[in-house]
Amino acid sequence: MSSVLARAIPVGEIEVLAIDAWRAQLLARAQARARPVIVYGRRDAARVVLTAVHQDGAGLVAARTSVDPATGYHELTSSLPALHCFERELHEQLGVRVAGHPWLKPVRFEGRDQAAMGSYPFYRVDGKEVHEVAVGPIHAGVIEPGSFRFMCFGEHVLHLEIHLGYQHRGVEARLLQRDPRALAPWAETIAGDTTIGHAWAYAAALEALAGHEVAPEHELARAVMLELERVAMHLAGLAGLAADVGFLPGAATYGRLRTTAINSSMRLCGSRFGRGAVRPCGSGVTLDDELRELLRANVQLLRRDGAIIDDSFEHARSVRHRLAGVGVVSADLAMQLGLVGMAARSAGVAIDTRMPAHGLYEHHPIALCTETGGDCWARAQLRISEIRASLDWLDRVLAERPTWRPARDPVPALAPSRLAIAVVEGWRGEVVHCLETGEDGALVHYKAQDPSLRNWMGLALAVRGNDISDFPICNKSFDLSYCGNDL
Amino acid sequence: MTSAIANILALLVMPIVVTGTINRVKARWAGRVGPPIFQLAFDLWRLVRKTPVYSKVTTPVFRVGPAIVLVTSVASACIVPLAGTGSLVAFSFDFVWFAYVWSFGRVALMLGALDTGSSFEGMGASREATFATLLEPVLFLVAGALCLHGGVRSFEAALVPHLDGPSAVVMWLCAIGALMIVIQVEAARMPVDDPTTHLELTMVHEVMILDHGGPELAMLQAASAIKTFVAISVAATLLDPLAGESSILAIGAHLGICLAIAIGLGMIESLVARLKLRIVPQYIVVALVSAGIALLSTLGRGGFS
Repeated sequence: MSSVLARAIPVGEIEVLAIDAWRAQLLARAQARARPVIVYGRRDAARVVLTAVHQDGAGLVAARTSVDPATGYHELTSSLPALHCFERELHEQLGVRVAGHPWLKPVRFEGRDQAAMGSYPFYRVDGKEVHEVAVGPIHAGVIEPGSFRFMCFGEHVLHLEIHLGYQHRGVEARLLQRDPRALAPWAETIAGDTTIGHAWAYAAALEALAGHEVAPEHELARAVMLELERVAMHLAGLAGLAADVGFLPGAATYGRLRTTAINSSMRLCGSRFGRGAVRPCGSGVTLDDELRELLRANVQLLRRDGAIIDDSFEHARSVRHRLAGVGVVSADLAMQLGLVGMAARSAGVAIDTRMPAHGLYEHHPIALCTETGGDCWARAQLRISEIRASLDWLDRVLAERPTWRPARDPVPALAPSRLAIAVVEGWRGEVVHCLETGEDGALVHYKAQDPSLRNWMGLALAVRGNDISDFPICNKSFDLSYCGNDL
Repeated sequence: MTSAIANILALLVMPIVVTGTINRVKARWAGRVGPPIFQLAFDLWRLVRKTPVYSKVTTPVFRVGPAIVLVTSVASACIVPLAGTGSLVAFSFDFVWFAYVWSFGRVALMLGALDTGSSFEGMGASREATFATLLEPVLFLVAGALCLHGGVRSFEAALVPHLDGPSAVVMWLCAIGALMIVIQVEAARMPVDDPTTHLELTMVHEVMILDHGGPELAMLQAASAIKTFVAISVAATLLDPLAGESSILAIGAHLGICLAIAIGLGMIESLVARLKLRIVPQYIVVALVSAGIALLSTLGRGGFS
């Protein structure tokens, strides 16, 4: 059994419903507390096939319908706000009419819409003393482009509108242009900070299509790289958060420790960002006795020095005072908006696709971390506890003295007419890749989803009612990807 | 004469050394070696050789701002003992002059910021104005308390400590406490403002100088270093047992105390996170209360001679 949530379903076995029944089923599943993972559309001749995937326990269930884009269907966002980004995307990508949708703002201004980015009418708040602040799309420092429009009353933020799409590269269309077995280097660049997450999701989906059971040692190597990526990115996040609140020891030490984490990745696969580590039906990770001892020493160093800086970060009253109570997302709001990953867990919503333990996580269970505050402090705390959980897990795995060599089996031919879905818990949240083959076994659709797509709205609402000077730390505490959203 | 030369030399060198010391201390706490002590001088030299770029919407207000800011900070430096030997100029109630040349510089900077038409700079100016409103009474209360206590009228004479009884000690401690916060606000240092941040939305002083470049930026940076040193020097005089004497030893003691305060500021910046912006006014009110207590402790003294 795969260690990530992955499933290949013969297209003929997917439940195909009429649009009304499909809508009713989505509402019923929400009632039954099944979680929507992705809803997306694919053009099929003159119609558009809509696929909704839910997580039900440890399994994935899919249901389909087909609509005429001109007729479309009646929106679900009002009843299920978690679907807002999917419906906006459907409207934008495929021109599906989503009747009654409250806010059909393009998610990323694809294609022709790009020219309209500059003239897009933002929300306006009227009032004599209300002022607007536009931040971006070009930011100070090495930050991805994204535009933020604040409507403020003095320092108080009444509303924040986030405007993305500046990083749109046409990823999904591009992924169909090459042999599906050779897409790993592209999948790795969907969001450069989630290299392993996207590469593993791609590899797992492709292996499910090919009916290939990947060797346990390759899976373990991927899981180790995934946790190294998580540790490195959480350390980078904490360093950034410490720098943003002006807490020098945190900025310096977390930044230094991140280097240890990414250098460990480099020793294992040749790239500090984990490129080349995950390949379909194989792995590019080397671990011999010497490297293993080095990696264990690095893990020990991260635990030892991490504990010291965690202690000073958590006990610095000024840090706590700065972060606590800022950018609060309640558990209820997180559930409604369908936040995933870190943003959800720090609000007390225990979503982690590594749980319940399956595949290798049954032998090497990893702790589930949650926080209840939902504020910037909780998001910082969650990072600290996840780093500890990942380091403990790495320590236990490495104690069993595994050795790996780079190896790749040939990828078997892809099964025809199949839909493969893979969900990997990247450091930011769940990375979802859906691949579908046609009758001749060629890839007909590739849908990639970064957790950022679902979490940006969480940031917009978290900032509401806070001071505008709190926005940078809210933004950093969510740490969302621009290119992951823009594709 | 010696005193004047010492003051002028201190005015030329110490702002650079003080800034360098604060940065050095911060670097050490971060585990780095840090820039040279005289880095600010190199930066200023680099900046004065550049050609500034102006936005089309700016008016001459934007261009004269930096010069006014520099001139006012030098003007305020003239009435403060910079080297422990008395100030360059002293006259009755010169602390009023001191407070208002600072305010004049601040107004010039704020108008320059508003002149750019940028919402960031507007927010920075609004924050600066809020802080300044609260800070101005602090300066007057402290200066008033010191003058009443010593029975003198000039800043230079008032700053010389006379610890002749418990109420004098209370006054002295409260005045120093208030002045420390004044330094942090006026010099735009942590925990009030973060001089190293890149986040425009959180800036106060830094955001107002975002659009300035070249020699004008150099003037602003020099002015802020001078202001930092002047504020430190005021506190240092209060702490200096040899204040008012004019000997090499007194000069050495004063400059040593200035550096010690700079190291203290660097330590605070290294170990404390920044305050929430909405808490800063409360923090300044702490200085205000402290200054008020200082003034109250002078009750019963004879007043001006």
